[in-house]
Amino acid sequence: MATTKRTVEVSLSTTGVDADGRPQRSPLAVDDSGNLVVVESPPSMEPDLEGEHMLINLGLQHPATHGVLRLVLELDGETVVRCIPHVGYLHCGFEKTGEYRQYNQIIPYTDREDYLNSPGNNVAFSLGAERLFGIEITERCKVLRVIACELSRIISHLVWLGTTCIDIGAYTPFLWAFQQREEVYELLEMWVGARLTTTLTRVGGMAADIPDGFTEKLSAFIHKFPKVVDEIDRVITRNGIWVGRTVGLGVMSPEEAANYGLSGPMGRASGLAFDVRRDFPYLDYETYDFDIPVGTNGDVYDRFLVRMEELRQSTRILAQALERLPDGPVNIADHRVILPPKSKATSDMESMIHHFKQVMEGPRPPIGECYVAVESPKGEKGYYMVSDGSAKPVRWRIRPPSFVNLSAIPRMVEGHLLSDVIAINASIDIVMGEIDR
Amino acid sequence: MSSGFTPVVSGSALDASAPAPASPKNVPQRGGAANPSAEALRQRFGAAIKAVDVVWGETTVVVDRTAAHDIIKWLHDDPSQRYDYLSDVTAVEFRDFEQPLEVVWHLRSLPYRRFLRLKVRIERGSVLDVPSVWDIYKGADWLERECFDMFGITFAGHPDLRRILMWEQYREGYPLRKDFPLRGRFSRSEQLRQALAANPEARYSKEELSIADAFDDLPKDMQRRLSTGERTGE
Amino acid sequence: MGLTSRPDQTASREPRVVETTGDEPWITTRLDAFVNWGRKNSLWPMPFGTACCAIEFMATAASKYDLARFGMERQAFSPRQADLLICAGRVPFKLAPVLRRIWQQMPQPKWCISMGACASSGNGIFDNYAVVQGIDNIIPVDVYVPGCPPRPEGLLYGIMMLQKKVANERAADPSLRNEMEPDPTSQLYLPPSVIDEISEPFGNSVQQTRSGL
Repeated sequence: MATTKRTVEVSLSTTGVDADGRPQRSPLAVDDSGNLVVVESPPSMEPDLEGEHMLINLGLQHPATHGVLRLVLELDGETVVRCIPHVGYLHCGFEKTGEYRQYNQIIPYTDREDYLNSPGNNVAFSLGAERLFGIEITERCKVLRVIACELSRIISHLVWLGTTCIDIGAYTPFLWAFQQREEVYELLEMWVGARLTTTLTRVGGMAADIPDGFTEKLSAFIHKFPKVVDEIDRVITRNGIWVGRTVGLGVMSPEEAANYGLSGPMGRASGLAFDVRRDFPYLDYETYDFDIPVGTNGDVYDRFLVRMEELRQSTRILAQALERLPDGPVNIADHRVILPPKSKATSDMESMIHHFKQVMEGPRPPIGECYVAVESPKGEKGYYMVSDGSAKPVRWRIRPPSFVNLSAIPRMVEGHLLSDVIAINASIDIVMGEIDR
Repeated sequence: MSSGFTPVVSGSALDASAPAPASPKNVPQRGGAANPSAEALRQRFGAAIKAVDVVWGETTVVVDRTAAHDIIKWLHDDPSQRYDYLSDVTAVEFRDFEQPLEVVWHLRSLPYRRFLRLKVRIERGSVLDVPSVWDIYKGADWLERECFDMFGITFAGHPDLRRILMWEQYREGYPLRKDFPLRGRFSRSEQLRQALAANPEARYSKEELSIADAFDDLPKDMQRRLSTGERTGE
Repeated sequence: MGLTSRPDQTASREPRVVETTGDEPWITTRLDAFVNWGRKNSLWPMPFGTACCAIEFMATAASKYDLARFGMERQAFSPRQADLLICAGRVPFKLAPVLRRIWQQMPQPKWCISMGACASSGNGIFDNYAVVQGIDNIIPVDVYVPGCPPRPEGLLYGIMMLQKKVANERAADPSLRNEMEPDPTSQLYLPPSVIDEISEPFGNSVQQTRSGL
C-alpha cells in the first residue's frame, strides 16, 4: 500500500498537533524554560497477537454505510486485511421494468435510482432518448437543463458533505448542508412540484417551463450559497482532526483509477483528468466557462477538496446559465413525440389524436441504439437504450458510476484501520439505489 | 514532502490541430464519420471483424466471439489506440427470438477522446459464454458478475463469477432474459417464503468462514452443506 | 384470508377480548396516560432507510422540519436501543430477512412506521420480481405514510398519528405487546396452482390494477 505524506499548512491555536496537522500521539511535557517537549513513549508492552484474524460484518444496518451496503472485513486487530463487499440489497429490477414502459414512463424511474441526482438523471435519460428519436431540443430547453444538472450536482454534493462530516464526527455541517438543500428544494418545488424525485424532463423538452420569480430566487441562491460553502470550508478544511483522518487514505494512482473505471471526483482526485462535460460534451457545456478540479494525491482528502471546489464551480455555471437563458419555447414543436399543450389537445383534432396516441401507445423511435453519458456528481453516468421500433425499449441499461467506483473498495481499504474504512467509504460517494438498481 | 501523482490528462495524445470537443448537433441516424479505430481493427484483424456500423454517431464493431479478448487487449495495449477505460459490459436480448443475444463492451480512449462499442453476437441455442476482460480492465469485475446474474452469460477467465444483485441461491432464473416474466416465475407468497427462509446470520461464504476459523464451530449439517458447494449467502 | 378457514386454526385461536373495558380503575388509566405520554414524546427512531425516502427522512431530521422537537433527535442505529422502526424506502426480497431480523432484535414496546409508497405497498412502479409488495408482509406496521417520497410534513403527520395511537394504548391489554412471531409450522394456505388461478388476469401481481403488463 502506497502512502503519501504531505505537509498541510495549518495555523492552529491548539497544542498537541504536529507539523502535519495530525494529533500528537505522544504525551507532551513542559520543560524548565516553558517549551513544549515531546516525551518518548515507552516501549510497547503488549504481546504481539498473531494469526488471529477476525471476521466482522459492517452493515447492512449501519449509519455509515450510506444505504444497504454490506462489507465483510477480515481484521488483524484494527487493521483491515481483506474486504469483501456485498451489494444487491436494494436491487429493484429497474432495467427489467424499463422494458415494459414507454420512454416518458421511464423518466420517473431515473429519479429513483440515483435519488440524490434526480434532475441530472432525468436530463441524462432525455438526452439519450432524444438522440434515439433523432430530435434536437430548443435552446431554452438546453439552458434549463444545464441549470437542472448543476443544481442537482450541488444538492448531491451537499448530501455527500453532510453525511461524510457525520461519519468522521462533525455534526454541524450536516445541518448547514441540509438547510441549503431546502433552498434548492424550494426552487425545484416551484418549478415542477416535487422536492426530491422531480421527473423534470420529457422526451423533447421539459415537464414545465420555469415559473415567474424563479430566476430571482435562483439568483439569490447563487449569491448566498458560496458564503455557506466558505463557512463549511472554514470549519473543516484546515481542521487538524479532519486532515488527520483523511490524508493518505485510500490512495489510487491515475492509471489504476482508469483501469478500475473510476470516474467523477473519485477519478479526478487521483489525477485522472476526465470529465464528460469537457471531453464528450453535451448541452453546449463547451461554451460555459468553468474549471475542473483535479487532485494529485488520490486520497480521501483530495476527493473532499475536489468536491468542495465543484460546489463553487457549479455555482459559477449556474450564474452563466441564468445570464444566457434565452426566450422561446421549451418543448419542441413535434407533437408526435411530446404532448401538445392541453388547450390545443381539447380543441384541435390533430392535437387530440397526437395526445391520444402518445398516452395510449407512446412515441416510437426508429430502430437503433444509443449510449449517452453525462457527468453526474458520482461520475460517468450512462444510459444505453436499444430500440426495436416499438414504444418500449428492448433494453435499457444504466451505467452506474457508483457501482464501478465501489468495486475498487477492496483495493483501497486493505492495510488501513477500521475507522479509515468509514472515511474511505464516505469518500466514494455511493448511492445504493444506483449501485443495485 | 508531497509526492503527488502526475495527472493523466484526457486528450493528451491529440495534437494541437485536433478540433476541440463539441456537443453533437444534428447527428444523422446512419452514416457519419466512423471512429478511426474501426478501420484500424479491420486492417489488423481482418476476418474477425464481422461488421462496422455507425448509428447516431456511435461506432459499433461486431466481432467474432473467439477473437474478442485479443481484440480488446490490442485496443488496450496498442499505442495508437490506447483504450484505457472500460465504461460498461452488458448484454442485450431482443424480443424477436430469431435475433442473437449480444454482449456489448463500451470502451473509451481517454488520450484520444474516442468512444467505441464492441459487440459479440451469440446465436440462440449456443452456449452463453464469452471471454472475460478482467485481466485487462479491473473494472470489469463487477460488471461481468452483474451480466452473469442478469443474463446467465458466463465469462471465461473471471476470478469469482457469482451472483451479485440477487442472492446466490436465487432459483427463479436470470431476470433480464426475455422469457423471464416481469414479476418472476413463482407466486408472491412463494417468493416471500424463499426470501425469508434465508437466515441472514448464515450469509457467509465458506471462504469468509475459513478466515474466521469459525468453520469448525458450525453445526455438522451446515459444514456438510458448505462442503458440497452449497453457498449460504452471496 | 377470506377463503376457507382451516378448522384446527379456528379452534386453537384465542378469543381476542380485551378484558379491561368499563371497569378499569381510575388510577390505572392515569398511569397509562402518564406512561404513554412518556413513550410517545420520546420515541427513539431507528431509520431503516434504504432509498429516496431515507433522504426525506434526513431532511425531516434536519433543521427546517426538526424531528428533535418530537423527542426523536436521538436516532438509534442499533435496534436494541430503538423503539420505532421507520422503514424508509423500497425493500427487495434480498433485504426481507434482514428487516425481519432487525424487527425481532428490537425489544418491546416497539412500533413501526412504513414510510413511503414502496414500503407500504411496493409502490405500483416497483411491482416486479425483486421488490416486496409492502413490508407488512414481513413485519407488523402501525402507521403507513403514503408519498413518493412523502413530504416531511407528511412524515410528521404520520408520526403524530402514531403518537395518538401510543397515547390510546392500555397497559392491561396483553395483546398489544404480542410479538406476532410467524408460525414455524405453518404452510401455505393455498397451493401455488390455486394462487395462480386466482391471480390469473393480472399475472403474478398483488396490485390488482394492472391492465396489462
